[in-house]
Amino acid sequence: MRGMGRALMKMTMTGLLIAGLCIPAVAAEEAYKVGGIFSVTGPASFLGDPEKRSLEMVVDAINEAGGIDGRPVEAVIYDSEGDPGKARLAVGKLISKDRVLAVIGPSRTPTTLAVIPLAEQGQVPLVSCAAGIQITQPVKPWVFKTAQSDVLAVAAIYDYMKKHGVKKVGILTVSNAFGESGKEQLVSQASSFGIEVVQEESFGAKDTDMTPQLTKIRKAEPDAVICWGTNPGPAVVAKNMKQMSMDIPLYQSHGVASPKFVELAGEAAEGIRLPTGKILVAEQLPEDDPQRAVLLDYIKNYEARTSMTVSGFGGYAYDAMHLLAKAMEGSGGDRQKIRDALEAIQGHVGVSGVFNFSPEEHNGLGPEAFVMVEIRDGKWKLLTD
Amino acid sequence: MQELLQYLFSGVTSGAIYAVIALGFTMLYNATELINFAQGELVMLGALTLVSLWAGLQLPLPAAFVLAVAAVCGVGLLLELLALRNVRKPHPILLVLITVGASIFLRGVAMVIWGKDAHGVPPFSDHPPLEVGGATLLPQSLWILGIVLLIVLSLQFFYKRTLTGKAMQATAINRRGAWLLGIPAERMVLLAFAISAAMGAVGGVIIAPITMCSYDMGTLLGLKGFCAAMLGGLGSSWGAVLGGLLLGVLEALGVGFISSSLKDAIAFLLLLLILYVRPSGIFGSGAVHRF
Repeated sequence: MRGMGRALMKMTMTGLLIAGLCIPAVAAEEAYKVGGIFSVTGPASFLGDPEKRSLEMVVDAINEAGGIDGRPVEAVIYDSEGDPGKARLAVGKLISKDRVLAVIGPSRTPTTLAVIPLAEQGQVPLVSCAAGIQITQPVKPWVFKTAQSDVLAVAAIYDYMKKHGVKKVGILTVSNAFGESGKEQLVSQASSFGIEVVQEESFGAKDTDMTPQLTKIRKAEPDAVICWGTNPGPAVVAKNMKQMSMDIPLYQSHGVASPKFVELAGEAAEGIRLPTGKILVAEQLPEDDPQRAVLLDYIKNYEARTSMTVSGFGGYAYDAMHLLAKAMEGSGGDRQKIRDALEAIQGHVGVSGVFNFSPEEHNGLGPEAFVMVEIRDGKWKLLTD
Repeated sequence: MQELLQYLFSGVTSGAIYAVIALGFTMLYNATELINFAQGELVMLGALTLVSLWAGLQLPLPAAFVLAVAAVCGVGLLLELLALRNVRKPHPILLVLITVGASIFLRGVAMVIWGKDAHGVPPFSDHPPLEVGGATLLPQSLWILGIVLLIVLSLQFFYKRTLTGKAMQATAINRRGAWLLGIPAERMVLLAFAISAAMGAVGGVIIAPITMCSYDMGTLLGLKGFCAAMLGGLGSSWGAVLGGLLLGVLEALGVGFISSSLKDAIAFLLLLLILYVRPSGIFGSGAVHRF
């Protein structure tokens, strides 16, 4: 009699235990999981940190508004530290262990290129926040991006230069994927704007003195210098040019469109022109610009939430999450449906531009995604002519 | 002609940086026959401490200078006391590996304290760049060259004219022999570490205004400084200075006349060449030990 009672107790306890384990699993089914992989620390933290915060902000806003189809969204975010190897490991984890429905990020071109095979094989939608044109050209079914391409950035610079009579340029690019991609675009697009590249030089990402390269460029007598890189190299270039009293204009890439560049370059930043997303000059936009309202709203919410100045880069993750949220509505957590819905989005007004996706176009932005600005008194001034 | 001059100026500036670091290597080697691969990190710590004290806490420059040097000196002393002194079997390679480990550790600590961003400081004096023959030279470069000269002269004076300096040389030549004569060998080694760390710190402080200071600036600087020391001859102070300047100038000329992508390759190519052709360097003494 006693033995039977004990056995019964054991069975009941085991049953309760199993039931108890099932409950969290059932509760977890409820939330939609979205993965994030950003270079939160490391040399590209100026990209990854605002992107992470923006993603968290959007997810919280979505959840406060009731979630997607009534289900909450959960963001699982990892730090790639700007390293392609670590990015791969993290994305592998997101796909197989965390089983996310989609991945937002990575922040940089090299890290994105490293994780694309995982997204394609795992058939998980990847919405990258990196600029390299090779990410979406040629088109890969599962890979999208929200950052403006360097193609558009170069076109914006050359367009401005053509209008202002610049005929010869010297280019100085950083020797990594971002700089190489920029150089390729600068060289190939020059002739269609009537511009000649008279000197091409490169510099290492960690170099602290570019005067030899600038000396060579100066010798070729260009009308302007274009520097393509991300901090801190371009700041050194700006300082070197001032030190060498080179008074031809300096143009930079959108990679330096952040307050950090102005801080590093100091006085040398004055008068530098660059292409940037509209976010840096949102208040200066005309009233009828469709992006103005979205931008001002993002800026207000981001700065209230983080007490930090907004930068264009956080907007990539903001747009990515909004686009994904639109695609996830009605999908019931099916990755293929999410991908198809994402590809069909048209006319989405985001922080980075107006998105129009299609099976051949997975970046979805046009030339109006960039405006030319000039740094005056340490602030960004929209150039309207 | 104008370009050549500009390359030379740029080369002399970076060369002075390498010279300061090479001096640190040489000085310690002179006293202990040890290569301290954490020297680059000591330079980095000097630079970043200056950033915190001068730009951050807004202390006056001389005070920030002295405090930064003192702080890094302390780090060098701790390195010797904790990591190197009590090694049971002090085989040279083992000690060198310990210094490599120390460099990684210091880099990690710097990353935690100062983050991964780059920091800048304004130059010591507010003069505009100097125009010489159509090329420009930064006034900070003159500061660097001047201070390097001061350091070398002080070191020569220390070694040739003071008893402590001679005692340190004696300890380097034969530790046991010096100890038998009453020279406190352990204290000499500690002093050597202190001085070479201080030199590394001074190097960091004076180059901070013209480079971007970040937690990982020490790695490449340390390696190039080591190349410069080998180039000039390990053990000779003037050799360190000459090696540094030569390295800087050759780098700048290489970038200017051949290709900008070769910049780092030039330093290491030179190192390989020197080790192959004349391992004792330009000014080094004939005997070179192999482990």
